[in-house]
Amino acid sequence: MKEIVEIRWHGRGGQGAKTASLLLADAAFNTGRYVQGFPEYGPERMGAPITAYNRISRERCTVHSNIYEPDYVVVVDETLLYAVDVTKGLSEEGAVIVNSDKKPEELRGSLHGYQGKICTVDAGRISEETLGKNFPNTPMLGAVVKVSGVIPEENFVKDMRQSFAHKFATKPQMIEGNMRALVKAMQEVLIG
Amino acid sequence: MNSKRAAEIREDIRWQEITPGGAVYEGGTASAVKTGDWRVMRPVFHADRCRQCLLCAPTCPDMAIPVKDGKREDFDYFYCKGCGICFKVCPFQAISFEKETHQEVNGDGNP
Amino acid sequence: MGIRERLSGNEAVAYALKQINPDVMGAFPITPSTEIPQYFSQYVANGEVDTAFIPVESEHSALSACIGAEAAGARAVTATSSCGLALMWELLYVAASSRLPITLACVNRALSGPININNDHSDSMGARDSGWLQLYAETNQEAYDNMLQAMRIAEHPDVQLPVMVCQDGFITSHAIENIELVETDAVRAFAGQYRPEHSLLGPEPMSVGPYDVPAYYMEHKRHQAQGMINAKRVILDVAREFERMTGRGYGLIETCRMEDAECALVLIGSSAGTAKAAVERLRAAGKRVGLVKIRAFRPFPAEELAAALQNCGAVAVMDKCAGFSAAGGPLFAEVCAALYGAAPRPLLVSYTYGLGGRDVTVDSMERVFGELEETLRTGAAAEPCRWLDVRG
Repeated sequence: MKEIVEIRWHGRGGQGAKTASLLLADAAFNTGRYVQGFPEYGPERMGAPITAYNRISRERCTVHSNIYEPDYVVVVDETLLYAVDVTKGLSEEGAVIVNSDKKPEELRGSLHGYQGKICTVDAGRISEETLGKNFPNTPMLGAVVKVSGVIPEENFVKDMRQSFAHKFATKPQMIEGNMRALVKAMQEVLIG
Repeated sequence: MNSKRAAEIREDIRWQEITPGGAVYEGGTASAVKTGDWRVMRPVFHADRCRQCLLCAPTCPDMAIPVKDGKREDFDYFYCKGCGICFKVCPFQAISFEKETHQEVNGDGNP
Repeated sequence: MGIRERLSGNEAVAYALKQINPDVMGAFPITPSTEIPQYFSQYVANGEVDTAFIPVESEHSALSACIGAEAAGARAVTATSSCGLALMWELLYVAASSRLPITLACVNRALSGPININNDHSDSMGARDSGWLQLYAETNQEAYDNMLQAMRIAEHPDVQLPVMVCQDGFITSHAIENIELVETDAVRAFAGQYRPEHSLLGPEPMSVGPYDVPAYYMEHKRHQAQGMINAKRVILDVAREFERMTGRGYGLIETCRMEDAECALVLIGSSAGTAKAAVERLRAAGKRVGLVKIRAFRPFPAEELAAALQNCGAVAVMDKCAGFSAAGGPLFAEVCAALYGAAPRPLLVSYTYGLGGRDVTVDSMERVFGELEETLRTGAAAEPCRWLDVRG
């Protein structure tokens, strides 16, 4: 792992991109890393494009700015590719991970000439299959961990079970579904 | 902490000794405040005409009409501002209202 | 003994308050401080604290409730931001002049207008002369640690002044970061209880906040001013005790790479961390740069700043608050005053930056250092009052 890994999330208000960034921070924290997880705040509008960020590092990171040159970008909603320049500043050594049922190469034309890795995962379908609803953030979390290697996979899966057990203390039926969504996304993500 | 009694806080007190925020650490301190020297008119009590109806005592805005064992006594001029309310309410002309003299105003308020 | 956790700044402050277990919280919600009373009210509902939570209809009433409670001898706390702090304005002065050491968690947000919910320091900077102590935090850790120390400072008999514990809205309040918590038993032993010598519920009757006539008013204000002067020593005493408990040291200011710095920044809050990254990057390139972060803005660390800065060549004083004096921001004016009597003294430049959530980056801070270098080279600040990252 690099000294510091920076991740930018693009989602739409209400899709859980902020929650996913906080869950990723939690998971990385549990592996002994220093973490930052923060959304960019403004008016709260369902469906409007929103951004959230993660920094994951071995030493405490003192920087408190948004992330302009991320190592990884996660796009929780494919339609954002046509509304936001999601790969702006993205490292060519890194990757963009898109919630899409398409193959990675099919999206390259929509990514403003980005030359790095493109990954896709059909988070909507995985979510429908495992949770019965469209909650794409859990599968996207699994996909970004798989692609970035920012957390050892085995620890991640174990820790997430605990996180979900805590988060869904009053809705335990959600725990297994979320775990299946997470693992399925890690298995199915296409790295192009 | 400066815990001065109210009576010790006078206009010559230094800032080091004054109470923080002007707090007053005791009750009933108004009884130490002399208002008798505000007076330009003074009520005078005529015991011979008084029927002890006690209408006057509760109308006094300060504590200038002492009442003891159900009977009013002579004015306590330390507190009397000379407002004249007692003179107005007395039904028996037992209180007259007279001009204050210069010497008396400058004294301790008592005749 | 520390507990490794990850919390947002608001969670950290709410958790500190839970550990302290104050007597009264009077609060009204406003972004971005809402989460503090929100989390805290859950602690109250769960019976995890003994605090009387007073929900009110406005911030004016929130602070009024705290004033009454504190005068009664209770340890009272509140939290607010921006327009909420503005609505408390009259009571800020009442609390301070009545010498009631209330604690206010201020989550800094731009004060209208145009209306904006994001971070700058215009809210608490406006209250800088209300008589409250002001401690500012760079991180969630500092917000937590300042809260643990605040009441000990404010309630000290030589101080007796209310305290604002400030952190940057969203930037630290809503960002999850690592934090080291102190065990609750240790917090309670450290924070203790509020035991005023006199209070409305004490054995003797008492009057608080009486009308003051000219014959006494100045003596009361002079006495109040002494509380602020004394606070410098008390802040350091409490910090030393806190360091013995946690290993984390605090002063009135924090210096970073100032030992031989030619160019330096002075700033407050979360952007100091971003600036530290710029300092490290420039140091690696051989530049003699450093920064001074202000933790205690009230009392103002004038002597400490003069000592830290007087050997620099050029200093940028960064205000996250427009000030509108037409002569630079409030921090700039006070740093100038602090250095006026120093010889030698550096060239001073005012930067207004980060207003209403304008992002502050490492690159921006490097640019400021570049401009300072130019100022140093030409020997005079061509434009002493500058705005950072504004289009024009």
